[in-house]
Amino acid sequence: MLEISNLVKRYGNDQPVLKGLDLVVEGNTVVSVVGASGAGKSTMLRCINRLVEPTSGSIKLNGREQVNLRGANLRHARRKIGMVFQGFNLIDRLTVMENVLAGRLGYVSLYQALTRKFPQTDIDRAFHLMDRVGIAHYANKRADELSGGERQRVGVVRALMQEPEILLADEPTASLDPKTSEQIMVLLQSLASELSLPVLINIHNVSQARTYTDRIVGLRNGQMIFDGTPGEFNQEALDAIYGGIEPPDETGGEEQPIAEARTP
Amino acid sequence: MNEGRSGAGPLTGQRWKKPPFIASPWLRYGLLLAVVVYLYWTFNTLPFNWERIAEGLPRAARIFGGAFPPSFERGELMWTGFKESFQIAFLATLLGVFLSIPIALMAAKNLAPLPIYLLGRGIIILSRSFHPVIVAILFVAAVGFGPLAGILTLTLYSIGFVAKLLAEKVEEIDWGQMEAMRAAGAGFFKTLIYAVFPQILPRQIGLSMYQLDSNLRASAVVGIVGAGGIGSTLMNAFGRYDYDFAFAILILIVGVILVSEGISGWVRKKIW
Repeated sequence: MLEISNLVKRYGNDQPVLKGLDLVVEGNTVVSVVGASGAGKSTMLRCINRLVEPTSGSIKLNGREQVNLRGANLRHARRKIGMVFQGFNLIDRLTVMENVLAGRLGYVSLYQALTRKFPQTDIDRAFHLMDRVGIAHYANKRADELSGGERQRVGVVRALMQEPEILLADEPTASLDPKTSEQIMVLLQSLASELSLPVLINIHNVSQARTYTDRIVGLRNGQMIFDGTPGEFNQEALDAIYGGIEPPDETGGEEQPIAEARTP
Repeated sequence: MNEGRSGAGPLTGQRWKKPPFIASPWLRYGLLLAVVVYLYWTFNTLPFNWERIAEGLPRAARIFGGAFPPSFERGELMWTGFKESFQIAFLATLLGVFLSIPIALMAAKNLAPLPIYLLGRGIIILSRSFHPVIVAILFVAAVGFGPLAGILTLTLYSIGFVAKLLAEKVEEIDWGQMEAMRAAGAGFFKTLIYAVFPQILPRQIGLSMYQLDSNLRASAVVGIVGAGGIGSTLMNAFGRYDYDFAFAILILIVGVILVSEGISGWVRKKIW
């Protein structure tokens, strides 16, 4: 269970990006987070695994507080949170298998990581999961030789290798063509129920959010203004979330969390 | 009606000249005057001794005359010199390339905290600030004549060049991969191994090849001040007026460098 309460994130002295957010995700629900660029979706997701440092508030995963963790404690907490990225963020020059096994980096020793001598159980798990999403035959291919949809599958498997207690997906389909992105959404949905894993998906595509998720959360200006089932997500809610907003600025807003994450 | 195209249009009486590069005439002619005055002053104050230069010309002719034909008789000595130069260049490249990795990571703004960054940049600036010949003189004074001084000199030289360019590469890596490794719970070193090294490896191999080539060239130069290798052989040949032997060495140096440049260029093109 994920419990976010009164989460605030402010970059420098600017207006806060998140203004006291509360969100509870239980069981194996798939929750989509919708909102315009700069609404704070990405920042919220990155606060959960602390790629972004929250300014204040509390985030609890299965009862364990995530805020204020340091060093080894933080790394151990991150192991339990899988993340799938918009740009896949695979290590292009390494093989698919190395990318998948990278999901175990939080568990193995530095020597094992350096020499790629991962435990047999990890390798079994990797093949099992790659088989499940249909990429096992690519194990020894370089990650940058794969197509977009295949690369995102590698990204999903890498996140699942962590044996996560929750899966975060930051616009996982935004770099994919419509057909492939539907496939990835179906995959996330079915994996959530197979592994009884809660999944939090930032998404721009509202119709996909309606079709493939159990619950929709709408953010605007760092505040939650909608929380309900896809059935309740009507035109009124859509206007409230997106209405009167200028076309997204490519350089500002959503880019900010990535820059912030650079400070260790 | 087509005359505007083929012939001249109506005469306007307007003339055009390219505007001068420096608009102000005072500045323009002032600069010209300054250059003339400077050259006059330089030639009047630098101690050119025209008599000695006149005497020297026949001597130069004698040296060049003595250098023809080049003598490859003492091939043994040349081989020893070149072998030592190769050894110096290889060892210095290996050491320099290896040491440049941690220094480049220290000098990358996106990875290192500010004090470490400044330290890394400091090391790079220091190892780049002197020409290898000056460094070689210092090391020869410190550790004596011979290849060790050459190795140390060229190692420092390699660090300066490789670490600087590698640090630039580190600064432009795709940050998403770093983020992904950190999100998986990887610590600093695991993140380096997985997210940074694969991204900078091709650049590092290319730089190493280039540096090997460059060190080979420099090893001939630093040898002249006593840091071992073919440069020392060359210096000895000059010292003993064996101009034909010296000329043979020079020809061989040019040949070796041509070949090594060709090889390293080919390798870099393959992997860059």
